[in-house]
Amino acid sequence: MNALDRKLLRDFRRLWSQFLAISLVLAAGVAVLLMSFGMSGALENTRATYYERNRFADIFVDVNRAPNTMLEIIRDIDGIAAIAPRVTTYATLDIPAKIDATVAHVVSFPENGPVLNQPTLRLGNWPDATATDAVVLNAPFGEANDLWPGDTFTATLNGTKRTLTVTGWALSPEFIYAIGPGSLIPNDADFGIFWMPEQALAAALDRTGAFNNLAVKLRPGFAVDPVIEELDLLLEPYGGLGAIDRTEQVSNAFIDAEITQLETLAYTLPPIFLGITIFLVNMVMGRIVALERAEIGLLKALGYSDGAILMHYLLLAGLVGVVGVGLGYAAGSWLSFELAQLYAQFLKFPYLIYSVSWNIYVIAGLLGLIAAGTGAARAAWVAARLAPATAMSPPAPPRFTTSWVDRALHAARISQPTMMILRSVIRWPVRAGLSVLGMALAVGILVSSNFFPDALDVIIDTAFYQSNRQHAVLFFNDEVDERAVAEASRLPGVLQAEGQQVMTAVLQYAHRHKRTTIEARRPGMNLSRVVSTAGEVVDAPPGGIMLSERLAAQLNAAVGDVIEVRFLGVHQGTYMLPVTQLVTQYFGLGAYMDQATANRLFQQDPRVSVVNVTLDAAHATAFQQSLKDLPRLAGRAMLAENRAGFEDTISRNILITTTIYAVLGTLITVGVAYNGARIQLSERARELASLRILGFTRGEVGFVLVGEIMLLALLAQPLGWWIGWGVARMLTESYTSDLYAMPLVVSAATFSSASLIVLSAALVSVLIVRRRLDRIDLVSVMKTRE
Amino acid sequence: MTAPPAERVFRTEGLTKVYDTGEVKVYALDGVDLELFAGELTVLLGPSGSGMPTLRIILGGLDHATDGRVWFRVLELTNLRDRGLTRYRRDHVGFVFQFYNLVPSLSARENVQLVTDVAPDPMRPEEALERVGLTHRMDHFPAQLSGGEQQRVAIARAVAKRPEILLSDEHTGALDSKTGIQVLDVLKQVNEDLGTSTVVITHAAEIRKMAHRVIWFQDGRIAQVDVNETRLAPAEIAW
Repeated sequence: MNALDRKLLRDFRRLWSQFLAISLVLAAGVAVLLMSFGMSGALENTRATYYERNRFADIFVDVNRAPNTMLEIIRDIDGIAAIAPRVTTYATLDIPAKIDATVAHVVSFPENGPVLNQPTLRLGNWPDATATDAVVLNAPFGEANDLWPGDTFTATLNGTKRTLTVTGWALSPEFIYAIGPGSLIPNDADFGIFWMPEQALAAALDRTGAFNNLAVKLRPGFAVDPVIEELDLLLEPYGGLGAIDRTEQVSNAFIDAEITQLETLAYTLPPIFLGITIFLVNMVMGRIVALERAEIGLLKALGYSDGAILMHYLLLAGLVGVVGVGLGYAAGSWLSFELAQLYAQFLKFPYLIYSVSWNIYVIAGLLGLIAAGTGAARAAWVAARLAPATAMSPPAPPRFTTSWVDRALHAARISQPTMMILRSVIRWPVRAGLSVLGMALAVGILVSSNFFPDALDVIIDTAFYQSNRQHAVLFFNDEVDERAVAEASRLPGVLQAEGQQVMTAVLQYAHRHKRTTIEARRPGMNLSRVVSTAGEVVDAPPGGIMLSERLAAQLNAAVGDVIEVRFLGVHQGTYMLPVTQLVTQYFGLGAYMDQATANRLFQQDPRVSVVNVTLDAAHATAFQQSLKDLPRLAGRAMLAENRAGFEDTISRNILITTTIYAVLGTLITVGVAYNGARIQLSERARELASLRILGFTRGEVGFVLVGEIMLLALLAQPLGWWIGWGVARMLTESYTSDLYAMPLVVSAATFSSASLIVLSAALVSVLIVRRRLDRIDLVSVMKTRE
Repeated sequence: MTAPPAERVFRTEGLTKVYDTGEVKVYALDGVDLELFAGELTVLLGPSGSGMPTLRIILGGLDHATDGRVWFRVLELTNLRDRGLTRYRRDHVGFVFQFYNLVPSLSARENVQLVTDVAPDPMRPEEALERVGLTHRMDHFPAQLSGGEQQRVAIARAVAKRPEILLSDEHTGALDSKTGIQVLDVLKQVNEDLGTSTVVITHAAEIRKMAHRVIWFQDGRIAQVDVNETRLAPAEIAW
């Protein structure tokens, strides 16, 4: 090994703590890149493979009741490769030793097995095609309820109670993310899927020779929209509810959202870390070159070329890059694996194809090395271009001039150590500014990551406490008359019952259209209310339709515009209705109309789709028991449980993410503050030692070092808050979807906790460096040349 | 009495170097005409600010003159670009500095190896260190060596490439007189054993007594040139 390389390695070892601080920042960027691309890639690959192997459909449509004779006509639609007609319904289950009524989505299983959306058997056997009481459960539900092959339970199907026997467990690509009616997150114990022989289920639902659900597979290269249009046309007379493609299929849409979030993470966080790495490397390498001027001059005097010196300093930064990338690989691989475990809780894949592509590692590594090299480029270039004679003479002392600032400081009778701090900041504004920016970015990351709990608090309060004040929602398979409300009010424990009608429709304005549900509402409804983001309770004005602002924006419609409303399912007909009001909401793309208006349109007696009830907690068990006996009930949602489950899941996830972001923010702060302090110390060792010789105490001298860094840290706070607020705003816009809008709520506690973390990290870092100040050998410092 | 050798190594014509700080112009060298010969030990003497360090810088190929011309043998250094000057320094010039300029993170042997790694025909680092009597210290770091030992390492580093020129600037400036004499002894040996043309810049006038020729500088110009009929050994010199 040649002498210059030996020098390189020893210099790297000597400055290990500074370089480690930088490497950790770089490692964080590499780790996040690996984790997010790795996980999004794993989800994409797993989903794609699963869909392909199990023939996941491209189009899904629910219909009230269509005869099997329609299937021949449907098969002839240009572009269709395969179709899978099915009979589906919801059922209320009575599981032994379980008090709460459980809901299941029931899907027919044809004699030769489904052509599309093929479930994978995990345990046991498929039931015989002629069996009338045998079912296969989706595996998570079976496991959560301890229902094994051979066990029995009771289900109410189409008003009739039946005892069913479990023959096996399966998983399906259609229900990777299985969420029950009225729920916000999956709950394997309370919502399940089961497959039942087609013959038996069709008979139970009076659908023999007919279907109420259709899955469609397209031939490669065919567009979805024309096929959907033809399907809707054909099925409309039979109560078609509008065909949807994969993007609107609940399970697939959720995975899409997860992948998008991971990719967003990959594109937003790593550039910040890489940018800070460049800044830190630039700061430290610049200082090293300044301190090693004489050595650089020596090397040039000895005949080393500019190129050799350039490479020497680039390689030094390269070592930082290698360490950072190595640590990032390790952390990223571990984080990816942990994240995969987390996803496994919610996503029911039969397998997870987790292999982070080697090119992600290569790209992450290259980006890390490029960041380190870019940071060192200027300093290395300066070193290479230093004229030998200039390099061997000491640099000119920094030039200070008197300005109005100095006169003002003098008039304020600022102490000399404080003057030293302020002059240093003013003399090197770019360096001070970059340090402030670095710490401000740390604050910004903490604010923008920690605002989620604040936003979720608002959403939960609006959704669960202000809008939905009922304790439970009872769902029916079909619309029922208002007697259901009276029946519900007579159930044990029910204090109040309110009916509500929900219809499916396609809204169209000009060339824009949107499929959504319309709630028919009575004025003064008390349990389920429409509450705006401003906290106002809003009733749908009569004679038209009230839209949520996001839905209106998608349609590009305003108050007064007349839109086309084409009802699907049970209610046929197309009507032109004026937009009577807009309401701003967090959840869903709401559309509402006055109940009396709906009754007039459909020329019907009042109907209900759901009944909202409030309960006396003392009779909760009796209430649950009574649900198992309701013949027309398709399911129920216990909002208190939903809320608790939602809060529990979210709070766990929030704890993980806020911890991760706190660590990342601390790493950045330590990187900036520690290196800044070390550089300060190396530049000012002589003057600080002079102060000690003149009689200043350790504390007074330490104040000069600590004071400058903490001043910059304080200046970083308002900038960091502003950055954090801006990033939070961008995040709310990126997270807004059809399902919910994220409010921009950043509490004072979020700002202050972010500042506390950054200021503490900065203080600890600079105090560690301050200890070196205490150990300076005053005499030897005085003896060496400037 | 020793007559100066005849083969010319350096020649300057009207060599001028001006440092322009914007407010004032400093004529570090003002029209210097100089000749230095092979194998010669030349001492440059003069007060601070007389221009000797600047002459060393230009002869060493570390900087360009503002005006005038300079040759090393037949190679004109005047307008050589950076790459050419680097080559020149690598192949022909050894430097010895007042404050040693050793790399603190390298041992004595490794500091010498810095030169032998790039020189075209170097001696082994061990041989160079043996010449200066530091075989037993070659794996020590600068912080573990005395001032005299560090300067001897610096000399070993300078001579390891078998340079034709050795430029030494106040190399005893940071040493006590006893150690300084030891160092001068080494320098003399190198000059005699390797035939290296040695230029010693110093403010200590007594050191001139060991030189073949003494060139006096004043205000950036050569004031006078003396030839020593008799040369003293370093041990006979006191300052």
